[in-house]
Amino acid sequence: MTTSVARAARRNRWAVPALVLALVAVPFVLGTFEVSLATTALIFAVLAMSLDLLVGYTGLVSLGHAAFFGFGGYVAAYTAIHLTGNLLVVLPVVAAGTALLAVVLGFLALRTTGVYFLMLTLAFGQMLFGLAVKWTPVTGGSDGLAGVPAPFVGIGPMSYAFTGRVRFYYLVVVAVLALGWFLIRVVGSPFGHALVGIKDNEERLASLGYDTWRYKMAAYVLAGVVAGVVGALFVFFNRHAAPENLFWVVSGEVLLMVIIGGAGTMYGPALGAVLVRLFESYVSSYTDRWQTLLGLLFVAFVLFAPGGIVGVIRRRRNRGRAPG
Amino acid sequence: MDQLLPQLVNGLVLGLLLFLIAAGFSLIFGLMDVINLAHGSFLLFGGYVGLTVIRSTGNFWLAVAVVPLVTGAVGLAIEVTVLRRTYTRGHLIQVLLTLGLALIAADLMRWNWGAYVESVDAPAALAGLVDFGGVFQVPLYRLAIIGFGLLLAGAMWVVLERTRLGAIVRAGVQDREMVAALGIDIDKVVAGVFALGTALAGLSGLLAAPVTSLYPGLDFDFLILALVVVVVGGMGSLKGAFWGALLVGMTDVLGKAYFPEFSLFAIFLIMAIVLLVRPQGLFGTREAT
Repeated sequence: MTTSVARAARRNRWAVPALVLALVAVPFVLGTFEVSLATTALIFAVLAMSLDLLVGYTGLVSLGHAAFFGFGGYVAAYTAIHLTGNLLVVLPVVAAGTALLAVVLGFLALRTTGVYFLMLTLAFGQMLFGLAVKWTPVTGGSDGLAGVPAPFVGIGPMSYAFTGRVRFYYLVVVAVLALGWFLIRVVGSPFGHALVGIKDNEERLASLGYDTWRYKMAAYVLAGVVAGVVGALFVFFNRHAAPENLFWVVSGEVLLMVIIGGAGTMYGPALGAVLVRLFESYVSSYTDRWQTLLGLLFVAFVLFAPGGIVGVIRRRRNRGRAPG
Repeated sequence: MDQLLPQLVNGLVLGLLLFLIAAGFSLIFGLMDVINLAHGSFLLFGGYVGLTVIRSTGNFWLAVAVVPLVTGAVGLAIEVTVLRRTYTRGHLIQVLLTLGLALIAADLMRWNWGAYVESVDAPAALAGLVDFGGVFQVPLYRLAIIGFGLLLAGAMWVVLERTRLGAIVRAGVQDREMVAALGIDIDKVVAGVFALGTALAGLSGLLAAPVTSLYPGLDFDFLILALVVVVVGGMGSLKGAFWGALLVGMTDVLGKAYFPEFSLFAIFLIMAIVLLVRPQGLFGTREAT
């Protein structure tokens, strides 16, 4: 065990510095289109990681993750338009709002497991979408909330505004690295191991004295808050909160990113998110049927490689080094 | 009052349409443990196939005959070629598979039939309004849907409760392995129920079209309502699907009439109460776990 961990650490020693360097370099070597693409890809990478906390680690397959992503965006837009675009105010408000939503929805959805949980999260998500479309005075209806000001960070007289694509990109890089590091620490902690225990056998963990309901609720709230925060970043990126961000298609797409990348690995879903965004961006310039192609790709993974890309790589590697 | 009565009729119409969808969805779940997220896609597909038939022949009744055959055949093909491979591999794989199919279907239908709202006329024989003593008027077509829905509910009840085939299906819902052990080819029964469920979904899409029109997104609008119906009524129960559909249909229509912004919230509230008080659903026997 220890040797394989040590080997992995040695192999991946340069992975994090190389990743940071590559992310910092993007605006220097690529054009504005690519910077925008990288911004949304990174946002979705963290969104997929937050869903992986539920799907891959806790065994709670949610098809309503867009609820938190979209809701966080609306809270951010509303706060920024009516109060302030100061991220030191907006992000705590978003975190508190999505946490509250997650507690309410989790209180009901976590009474069920398996496919019932999936159905309920899907239904809750679509209800929130319906509310966003219909409750025009607050949400702007199907137009959403436009005219979101540029975010800034300000303490007293000092402030720094994230105007322009490049500045915003670096804001997202910092947020994504921080949230990604946080999620990876969470799944490596005793709390994370308890979640995996719940996924494998909830009764056994409960009989060991764990209050599994609390653990599941904590995971659900945590995943919701992270999704809400990146949803806020997405709205600041577009300067517009749209009801489409709450739509089931977004939930489905994030789930697809998690499965294609490899559920239960954290970096797999991040990879899956980046690849799917790249696929959408480049394939859609060749054909309007990219969604069909993506769906076929997804079905192929589900049928033939349910462990995702990371699962395929791991199997290859283990086969190469058979009787270890 | 003159507002309330027509709304009650509309609630009944939506409720019976929902029943047609939820019955297939619920039986497929009960028998196969498959949550078919593409069930709404079969509904929209049926509506669009009907639209094409009506546009090229002008005959609504021909569409009524053709649509269930087409959607049922597609459903059967999908069950035999793809879905069947996943029965031994757990719920999650099946749900993800049907999610992928729903995404593909939504895109292909948008491609073939466009992204506009397509309205479908009720057949000439059922056009016009029925006057209720000068108090209010209801389109004849909607009354016909109510009649047809009740008739079909009755027929399904007779088949399920009073025939040998129905007994096999009910036994399969209870314990599939046991039925197979008795020498019944359960695979054929499962395929048949899936084909029937998808045929019914397609037919209800066509019947709904003159009321709701057809548009991309109708598939998931109805899927969500069907999910709520089976959560409220109880999975795998025909009775549950019937009363759940009426409750949800009424709530949706009355909610839209009196609190347009929060109609979905009213449905949410019903679902929440049922989950808290009776997690297995009003007529369900299994816990929602």
